[in-house]
Order: sequence, then C-alpha cells, then structure tokens
Amino acid sequence: MAKVKKGVRLEHISKIYQDPKTGKEFYAVKDTSLEIAPGSFVTLLGPSGCGKTTTLRMIAGFESPDEGEIYLGDEPINELTPNKRDTAMVFQSYALLPHYNVFDNVAYGLKLRKVPKDEIKERVMKILDLVELTGMEGRMTNQLSGGQQQRVALARALVIEPSVLLFDEPLSNLDAKLRVTMRTEIRRIQQEVGITAIYVTHDQSEAMALSDNIIIMSKGVVAQMGTPQEIYYHPVNEFVADFIGEANFLKGPMTGRDGKNVTLSIEGNPLTVEGRDGMEKGKEYTVVLRPEAATLADEGGLPCKVVLSCFMGSYQNYHVMVGDTLVKLEEHNPKNKHIYQVGDTCRLVFDPKSVHVL
Amino acid sequence: MARGQGAALDRKKLMADPIMVTTIVVLITFLTLFILYPLAILLVDSFVGFTRAITNTLKVGFLVGILSSLIGLLFAYVEVYVRMNKVVGGLFKVVSMLPVVSPPFVLSLSMIMLFGKAGIITRFLLGIYDNNVYGFWGIVIVQTLTFFPVCYMMLKGLLKNIDPSLEEAARDMGAGRWKVFADVTLPLMLPGLGNAFLVTFIESIADFANPMLIGGSYDTLATTIYLQITGAYDKAGAAAMAVVLLCITLAMFAVQKYYLEAKTAATLTGKASRARMLIEDRSVKVPLTIFCSLSAAFVILMYICVPIGALFPTWGYKFFPLTGKWFSQVFTRYHGFKAFKDSFVLSFISAPITALLSMIISYLVVKRKFKAKGFIEAVSMLAMAVPGTVLGVGYIRGFSQGVFHTGFLQGIYGTGLILIIVFVVRSLPTGTRSGISALRQIDKSIEESAYDMGADSFKVFMTVTLPLIKDSFLSGLVTAFVRSITAISAIILLVTPSYLLITVQINEFAEKGSYSLACAFATILIIITYSAVLLMNLFIKHFGTSKTTKED
Repeated sequence: MAKVKKGVRLEHISKIYQDPKTGKEFYAVKDTSLEIAPGSFVTLLGPSGCGKTTTLRMIAGFESPDEGEIYLGDEPINELTPNKRDTAMVFQSYALLPHYNVFDNVAYGLKLRKVPKDEIKERVMKILDLVELTGMEGRMTNQLSGGQQQRVALARALVIEPSVLLFDEPLSNLDAKLRVTMRTEIRRIQQEVGITAIYVTHDQSEAMALSDNIIIMSKGVVAQMGTPQEIYYHPVNEFVADFIGEANFLKGPMTGRDGKNVTLSIEGNPLTVEGRDGMEKGKEYTVVLRPEAATLADEGGLPCKVVLSCFMGSYQNYHVMVGDTLVKLEEHNPKNKHIYQVGDTCRLVFDPKSVHVL
Repeated sequence: MARGQGAALDRKKLMADPIMVTTIVVLITFLTLFILYPLAILLVDSFVGFTRAITNTLKVGFLVGILSSLIGLLFAYVEVYVRMNKVVGGLFKVVSMLPVVSPPFVLSLSMIMLFGKAGIITRFLLGIYDNNVYGFWGIVIVQTLTFFPVCYMMLKGLLKNIDPSLEEAARDMGAGRWKVFADVTLPLMLPGLGNAFLVTFIESIADFANPMLIGGSYDTLATTIYLQITGAYDKAGAAAMAVVLLCITLAMFAVQKYYLEAKTAATLTGKASRARMLIEDRSVKVPLTIFCSLSAAFVILMYICVPIGALFPTWGYKFFPLTGKWFSQVFTRYHGFKAFKDSFVLSFISAPITALLSMIISYLVVKRKFKAKGFIEAVSMLAMAVPGTVLGVGYIRGFSQGVFHTGFLQGIYGTGLILIIVFVVRSLPTGTRSGISALRQIDKSIEESAYDMGADSFKVFMTVTLPLIKDSFLSGLVTAFVRSITAISAIILLVTPSYLLITVQINEFAEKGSYSLACAFATILIIITYSAVLLMNLFIKHFGTSKTTKED
C-alpha cells in the first residue's frame, strides 16, 4: 500500500455535552492536545466516561469539537464530514450492513469511490486473504461468528486504504480467548500494512499488547502519554498507576536525602528508595510498589503481618499489612518456596530500584 | 434531608413576616378571581350547552376503556402465560387481525342483525320480539368488542417484556400463582394497563360510526357534531362542540403520551432473559382457555355474520335459499362500481404518499438533529389525538371559504384532493410511529459506518436505511391503504355527491335499514382490505429483509 503515511494532531480540543437528566453542561473532553506519529499504533485507554470514545468520534467526524482544531497530516479537517475524511473506523458493534454479503460489505467503500469492477474484485479478495476470510465472500453477515464479523469489519476499513484506521473498542463483544487471538491479528495486520491506527479500549492488557504508545485519559483530559513501559514503570499519579496493572501505595513523609536516594518514613519504618528532583524534606510522598516486585522473607525490608495467603497456581497471592497499609503481592513460582500463613509476621522485601516515587 | 431542612427554615422565616404573607394571599386571591375564574366560567359555559352529549360520551368512554383493557389483559395473559393448543392460538390470531382489516362499524351491523328486533339470536332462537340493542349498552358492547384486540396486542408486548425471573423469585419465596399475579405481574403492568385504558378511551369517544348506527337516541359528541352539520346546518355550534371533544381527547392524549408511556418504559425496561415456564396446571388452564376461546369465537361469529347476512333473501324473515341478489344489486342499482372505484383510487393514491411522508418524518426525527424537529414530531403525532369528526369540522371551517376566508386553497374544498389529504393526515401518525420504532432498531453505527466509508447522507439513506426498513415501509403502505379505504368519520363530513365512498354507502344503507345491502358492501370491502394485507404478507415473506436481520 504505497500511500504516504499521515499522523493525527489534536490542538486544544474540547467537547461539551449536556447531562440529559440535570441539563447541566460538562466537558466530555477538555483542552486536549495530542500528536500521533504516522504509522504508529496508539491506544486511548481509560475508564468509561473518560472521553476516549468522544475523542475518537471527533477524529472520525461524527462529533464536532466545540473548541480546537484536528489535523490529519498537515490538513485541518474540522470542516470535513465523515464521508470526506480519509479515516476508516472499526465499530464496537461491527456495524456490518445486514442486507449485504461479505463481499459486498467489503466492496461498499470502493463502489462509492467508483473504483472499476475488476479492481474492486482484486482488492477485496486480497484484503479478505489478509484477514483470512478467503472463501467466505458469499456468506451473509449473520452467518458468521463474532470473530469473523470482526475481520469483515476490519477488511472493510482496510480496503479503502485510509490514512488512519480508527478502532472503537472492537473486541469488547468477543469472548476472552478470541479477544486475545484477535488482538494479535490486529497488531500483525497493522504492522503488515504500516497504517496509522488509533484504538479505543478500557482493557489495559489489550492496550499493552497492541500499542506503540498508550494515552491514558481520565475525566476528559489526558492523564499520561507514553510507551507501555513508561506508563507501567513510571506512572505520573495514583490514577494511572492503579489503572495500569495492580499497584500498592506506600505513603509517608520524607526524612532525608543522600544524593539520588531519599529516605521516607513508611508507617514508622525507614525506607530508602531512588528519588526524583524537587522533593522536599517533611513533605508526604507516595511510593508505587507493583505486586510482582515484592516478596516475603524472614528479615530485611519492612515488618508486616499476613492477612491472606492463597494459592493461585502460577503464584501465591498474599495480602499483608504494613502498619495500617494493605499491600497485595504475588510470589511467582511458589512451588519450592516457604509459604507464609495467615497470622504470620514477617518482612516485606523489595529492590528499592523497582519502586517508583510519585 | 438537608434540603428539606432548608425549605422548612425558609417557610418559618416567611411566616414570621406578616406583611409578606398578606401580600401573597391577596395577590393569589386577586389573580384567581379576576383571571382564572372568568376563564373557567367561559369554559364551563361552553360545555353546558351539551352536557348530555358530554356525559354520554364520557360514560361510554370510561366503561369501554375499562372493559377493553381488562378483556385485553386476560387475552394477553392467557397467550403469554398459559400453554395453549394450536386451535386456540389460531383463534387469538384471527381476533387480533380482524379489527385491522374490517371497517370500523361492522360489529354494529352484526349486533343489530344478531340481537336486534329481527335478530337471528333474539327473535328466532330465543323468541324475544322487542329486544332493544340500540343505546348505551349497544354502543358499549360493540365498542368493547371492537377495541379490546388493540389492548390485547399492546399488553401482550408488555407482558412478554417482564423478566420471568421476577415471578419465579416470588414463587420461590412461597407466593401462590394468584399472589404472584397480584403482587408482581399486576403492579408491573399497571402503567401499561392505564395506557391501554386511555388509548381505548380516546378511540371510544372519537368513534363516530358505531354510535351512529347503534346509538339510537343516545347521542355522543361525535354523532351530535355530525347531526349539527348535516341536519341543523349549524356549523358554528358543531365547531364549539368539536372544541370540547378535542379538549377531552387532547388532555387524555397528553396524560397517556407524556406520563404513562414514560412510566411503562420505566417499569418494564428489562428484556425477558429466557423463556417463561408456561402454566400447565389444569385448574388454571382449562377455565381461562375456555373463556377466551368462547369470547374469541363470539367475536369471529359477529364478523362472519356480515357476509352471511348479505346472502339471505330477506333478513329476519326469509333465510333460504341463499341468494346473490344483494351483491348484484350493489353493482346494478346502487353504483357499486363507482363507489369501489372512488374509494379504491383515492386510497390507492393516498397510501404511498402517507407511507413516504411518514418514513421521511421518522427518518428526520430519529436520525437527524435540527431545530424544527420537535415541531414536526409533535404536529404529526398530534393528528393521532384528534378525532376524525373534529378534523372534518376543522376542514369545513378552514377551507370552505379558503384559508382564513381569503379564498386561498378554496379550490380544494369539495374535491377528491381534500379527501386524499384527509386520508393522508389520518394515517400519518400510525405510519410515523411504526417508522420511528423501526428506525430506532437499526444500530446507529451501521449508518455511521456507511457514512465513514464515504457515502453522503442521500447515499446512506438509499443504500442502507431504506433497504433495512423495507418491511416497515411496506406495512406502512398497506396500513395506510386499509385505514383510508375503511375511514368514515372525517370523510363523511367532507365528501360531496360527486364522490361515492364505500364506507359512506354502508353507513347510508344501514341507517335506512337496508342491512343486507350494507352487509354486501361491507363484505366486498373486507375482501379488498384482507387481500391487501395478504399480499403484503406474501411479499414480505419472499422479498422481506426481516429474515436476514432478525436472526442475529
């Protein structure tokens, strides 16, 4: 697909909605600016109501931003209706035309573009091959399984060779296993075609598996944007830390600083971790500890008491109390390790480098 | 709680301020006495002139509303909850279908023929010679039998939406069948029942043909209006009365539309999560089934009475040999061909106009956002609440001398065009309503996806929306046709001698007592409407989209 790749840029975009019950106006998206690089796969991730779908629909043209400008490549597209935009969307409900068969569904966009018949046939068959639906072109859409319908929707969006591919929670109607298969498929196809893709989801593992970059949204604003690793290891606030993966928060005032390392007082116990710039003595800070980064031992670390100990197969799940703070952790490969029981007092041990100070 | 306290404090503070309180009381008295009171008196005065017609109408409306919704509920309950055999199920289907295809006053005809002075049942089977079917009870029985299938269909839909787990939970906790009905099913159905009651109430008080035929000297508003115009030539009086009738229906319509419909939707949001366990218990099943089958059979018998009545040589005196003379007289002596041609052509022209208009309106209402949308939706739905007689009087007053007496559009008065317009206006709300519900079922993203693929609004409508609502469009077309060809209430006020309409003919012959001729006309009319519906069903079965869309 020899097409110039285009990125997407949002400049100070806001969208105001009216609450249908109270009639009050609120920002669904507020003063959001984004830059999505050509050919990259970017996920908009966030809880429901965070504005991610609204953002996507504004890029597609179904909603008009109340403030700001959207660019496709270098071209402002605010004024363009969805049918004039060089974007193609894959809908949550697939939105296949129920009165057309698979071939006609995929060919629909090409027919509208008045592509010659022979070429339509050739391009549709090529795309159906790419999504592994060869031989299904004569089927009606209701004779397909959910996963197959999803592939048709993807093929239909790909065949018109748009500059940007938009996904609106495309896998949420599939069962868990199929979801995993399909997301690998989507990633494979996107990389094969090399197209810019913007993907909306509330499923963090989907976002991790698919994306070059993740944009976490909360209450209409971007909370953090970065690679999956950046977001997981260096979340900017508790919301992001909690939303991506499991997180424990240890809180306490800073008592001292030694070069890069700072010492905090967690529930009365000193804890030395790698600090960041601008930290002040006496102020309260939060340390993010991932459940897989800690382990239980008889000495070292922080004193704690086990309140839950549960075998999960690949790991032993512990809940321990450090003073009044609950910490959840996962002891992987527990077979040959000492298993602590509820009521045991022991020590919570972790590498100071594997935690992150907010 | 906090707000209640604030309000209480505000009240206390106000009471502590006697000047303020006095001012408010004086103001309220002044406004009520000198603004509201004179207006109310005017309103009451306008009613007083025909209190009898008003009380008559309301009495019939209430009773018919209650009886119809109760019988409708019983039928719906039996269909949804009780295991029935195929024959009974078939009876139910026929009963729900009959009022759709038959002209509105067929039951009055058969009531007179079965139970009247020369009625087969009263006179020949029971030997009663002076049975009087005319009057209050005649209207009530006939209207109830005509309208209860509407309630039955409405309530059936609602009952199906009750999640069976709710009732199973109640039974699980120890409630008996009757208790479950009284404590769970009925409360959930109450708004729906109220809705059914009001719909029938509105239909009943707007009904013109039945009170006309079987009312005797029992005048309702609709018939009085008609007699004022055709008999007393008192157009202004008729108009005043029309306003009263309109006020009543509009008030009822407002309650039904904005209060009860919302409530019904609120209590019955859930979809039935799985199939209901049908009642097999013989002590419940047998009596309910027998009662409903008998009533259904009775209703069907009343309809069958019409074609048979047209075959007897002299109704009430000579039954054999059966004869076709009334049918041939319809065509040889009573301009049958012209009547059928006029009715058929006018309805045939208005049906596609109605269907197209209602599809466009519903498309705009459901899929588009624009300023005048509320106006379009409200006015096209308003026509549903307006009784045909009222509309007829309005057209006489509004167009007989042109719009605002200017002579503008006066040309259409008395022509076929105004009849077509009336047909369109009368069927528009039904078409629009079914169009709206069909369009709402199409997932918004299907159209969006086409739009996203590069189709403009017109292309989206032609290649996606229209094919998907083909069935609804077709049934709208046929419904409009059937409604038009069986319409009478507004038409009878506007029709001129240059047009002969079947329904008007039936009414005329029935008035004169020529029941056999009326029956012959009615039979042919039913055949036309029934064939139209059959054709539609055949068409949908073979070319419809429903098969492909409903399965997924």
